[in-house]
Amino acid sequence: MSNLLLFPIIIPLIMATILMLFPNKIKMQRLVALISALVTLIASLFLLFKVYIDGIQVVTLGSWPAPFGISMVSDLFSALLVVTTSLIVLFVVLYSFPTIGIKREQSFYYPAVLFLLTGVNGAFTTGDIFNLFVFVEVLLMASYTLIVHGGERQQLRESIKYLLVNIISSALFVAAVALLYSVTGTLNMADLAVKIPQIENTGILTVIAVLFLVVFGFKAAIFPLYFWLPASYHAPPMPILALFGALLTKVGVYAIMRTYTLFFTMNVGFTHELLAIIAILTILAGCVGALAYFDVKKIIIYNIIIAVGVILFGVSQLNEAGVQGSILYLIHDMMIKAALFFLVGIVAVIFGTSNLRKMGGLMKTYPVLGWTYLVAAFGLAGIPPLSGFPGKLLIIQGGFEGPQFWGSIVILATSLIVLLSAVRIFIYAFWGEPVETEPLKKSAYHAMLIPSMLLVAVTVFFGVGAELFMPFVSGAAEVLLNPSLYIEAVFKE
Amino acid sequence: MEIIMSVVIGFLFMAAVYLMLSKSLIRIIIGTGLLSHGAHLLLLTMGGLGGEAPPVVADGVSVSDYADPLPQALILTAIVISFAVTSFFLVVAYRAYQELGTDNMELLKGTEDHE
Repeated sequence: MSNLLLFPIIIPLIMATILMLFPNKIKMQRLVALISALVTLIASLFLLFKVYIDGIQVVTLGSWPAPFGISMVSDLFSALLVVTTSLIVLFVVLYSFPTIGIKREQSFYYPAVLFLLTGVNGAFTTGDIFNLFVFVEVLLMASYTLIVHGGERQQLRESIKYLLVNIISSALFVAAVALLYSVTGTLNMADLAVKIPQIENTGILTVIAVLFLVVFGFKAAIFPLYFWLPASYHAPPMPILALFGALLTKVGVYAIMRTYTLFFTMNVGFTHELLAIIAILTILAGCVGALAYFDVKKIIIYNIIIAVGVILFGVSQLNEAGVQGSILYLIHDMMIKAALFFLVGIVAVIFGTSNLRKMGGLMKTYPVLGWTYLVAAFGLAGIPPLSGFPGKLLIIQGGFEGPQFWGSIVILATSLIVLLSAVRIFIYAFWGEPVETEPLKKSAYHAMLIPSMLLVAVTVFFGVGAELFMPFVSGAAEVLLNPSLYIEAVFKE
Repeated sequence: MEIIMSVVIGFLFMAAVYLMLSKSLIRIIIGTGLLSHGAHLLLLTMGGLGGEAPPVVADGVSVSDYADPLPQALILTAIVISFAVTSFFLVVAYRAYQELGTDNMELLKGTEDHE
């Protein structure tokens, strides 16, 4: 038993608590937040290599034997996501320095970001479905703080709706957990994976599986439960939006991937086909939104929904290529969404608006920004050799090998729409007649551009060096496809 | 007993949905409170209401005599969380009322620039 897997959860928790003691010392706040994000990243990298070398890491809290205590399980999949999350939070903290404003920094902005990191890392690591609920509430509470942070009119207006939707989905989560407990008598994920195949009455379990899909679907923004997302995400300032877009929906996606591969496999013909159909509808709904709006934020926000659909389609195929592709694409999407929001944020600051129609001609004055954005946009659409390509390729391959080959065709077709929606921003904002821009200090511009460029560089490396990451990804997919590996690791402790 | 509890839970969910569909923000918040009460009672009921003896090992008490302790632990956690979220929601609602000058959800439809 090694406690290493608890560090990415505990470090930000302790640091956030310490940060709350001196809200007015901004330099200290920045420094401590940066250091804690960095230390969390290092701890999670250690964890990743530990898992890669020694296999799945398990801690059962209080040293109770497995189904009785709360298990924390770190397999390659969750370790990879924890690393990606910590990396993104590090960049968001860097990007926040020039953009978030002193007023917000003085009112517990960094503690809220670190609490969010605690919740997300916890949700990725936990091996108990009720504990997942608790960690989801931790991250939601932090996200409530962040979405309303600053208290602008627009934010207050949207945060009410965001709160309401999430409270309803949390209540449904508790109800779904209650029903699952009454049928199986356990909430430990590994124990569920043992007990569920023994239950003969699969009808009730199918209902529970669909109820969980609804619960996680609210968080992951799948069709038709994504309605709250575009307006809510539009309200907060850019670094918070990047954080939300990169991390929050992905927790829902992770929960669906975990539950639908580990134990809700009793009626694959129904549940996974439903998942595939919903995934495709999600992609189509996202495409409509991505083309319909002339607002740079909205366009990228709808791209979040498209990506959720693509990832879930890969999982629903339940074959090696599909699941590997989903994992690759999930990691790619977390990074590229954060990078795109960063870049679009700079564009919005330069023009003083997020309306595309009022933009133009940035290529002459800010060429580096333009080329960086173009690389990120191509990465989003999955143009080889950039980071979207290997994941999408595997997902499409998985679709053709699996039962829903038509889904792969839709994904191929919609890739063009994704490219169009991202390049449209490039055409409108960077080409054309120059429009009058807001004055921007060189130092502030560089402070925003450097973290964005670094993150884009990381995604490019992730795409070009996909072969390097494949052992990790295939190891992660192996555990997802063979629940027995997960079960053995948990009960061995 | 489980039947009565199921009816109560159903009634709570119904009342919650009714309240949440109204226009006034404060009614919606009360609705979310009722919704989480319903969910918590469901958790308790689904754990089984039987069992008179406390869950402590003692002579002459078999496993089937115990009350199931797990749902109680889960409910405690869920209650604390919903308490915190509800109080936060009330604060946000009050701030929103101060800032926007209304608690009528009909007027808060859509986004600011699409009015």
